Amino acid sequence: MPVDPSLAGRTFPPTEVYEVSQEKIAEFAKATGSTFDGHAAPATFPIVVALPAMNALMADPDAGIALHQVVHGEQRFTCTRPVVPGDRLTAELTVETLRQIGGADIIGTRTEITDPEGAHVCTAYATLVHRGEES
Amino acid sequence: MHRLRDARAPGRGVVNRSTFQVDGVLPTQTYQVTRTDLVRYAGASGDFNPIHWSDRVATSVGLTGVIAHGMFTMALAARALDTWAGASGRVRELGCKFTKPVVVPDDDEGVTVVVDGTVTSLTDDAVHITLEVTCGDKKVLGVPKAVLAR
Repeated sequence: MPVDPSLAGRTFPPTEVYEVSQEKIAEFAKATGSTFDGHAAPATFPIVVALPAMNALMADPDAGIALHQVVHGEQRFTCTRPVVPGDRLTAELTVETLRQIGGADIIGTRTEITDPEGAHVCTAYATLVHRGEES
Repeated sequence: MHRLRDARAPGRGVVNRSTFQVDGVLPTQTYQVTRTDLVRYAGASGDFNPIHWSDRVATSVGLTGVIAHGMFTMALAARALDTWAGASGRVRELGCKFTKPVVVPDDDEGVTVVVDGTVTSLTDDAVHITLEVTCGDKKVLGVPKAVLAR
């Protein structure tokens, strides 16, 4: 089943507030072999905050996305500052682009991660490749 | 995460602010990746896709075996950036394509991921770095690049 063409341009509701703990950053840093100085989280840590927003997109019954057919094609972070312990963050995902290439749907997403005042912390761009059943 | 020789000594590989130079080749960082690392990363990141821990599922979708999370490999690139900068929290931009899977065998050695970097430009407030992330003879990340705050 192809991805719903009307998905392009759609913004999903912001996620519940993610409270960033010292312990969670330490766990993530240890899992990636990174040094954690008690302050700045590793540069890819925002993916933990963005993941619920990405999961909501993939679980949306109207989107027509089959999870087992999804491959992570590309990822980019643009950050104003690192995530730090005590941050209360929300993630709001927008499907920016939807293209078809050789039977695959290429889904370009942008997830804005902001603090409770709405200040920008990080934008996570993810490109998801949704392969057709045949390929 | 096991650390090989290059990464073991504290401070080794650090390139401080004054020594980032345009066209400067940064010290190679070498990381060993085992199945244990993938399980630990799955838990820490919340990404429990079974292709990262089950050979049965991985082979059923056409892979030769369990592969590392693309985001785990990207995290190794971020780790190298922290090492070169001598501190965490300096990365302002980081991006890549996931071009080739990193297949991780079910043994004690795992595989080796190598991260190289070159400074491409310097401004008053930013260091632009292009990376090369390889496993064996394959580039596993496509056009990986980063911007660090100075």
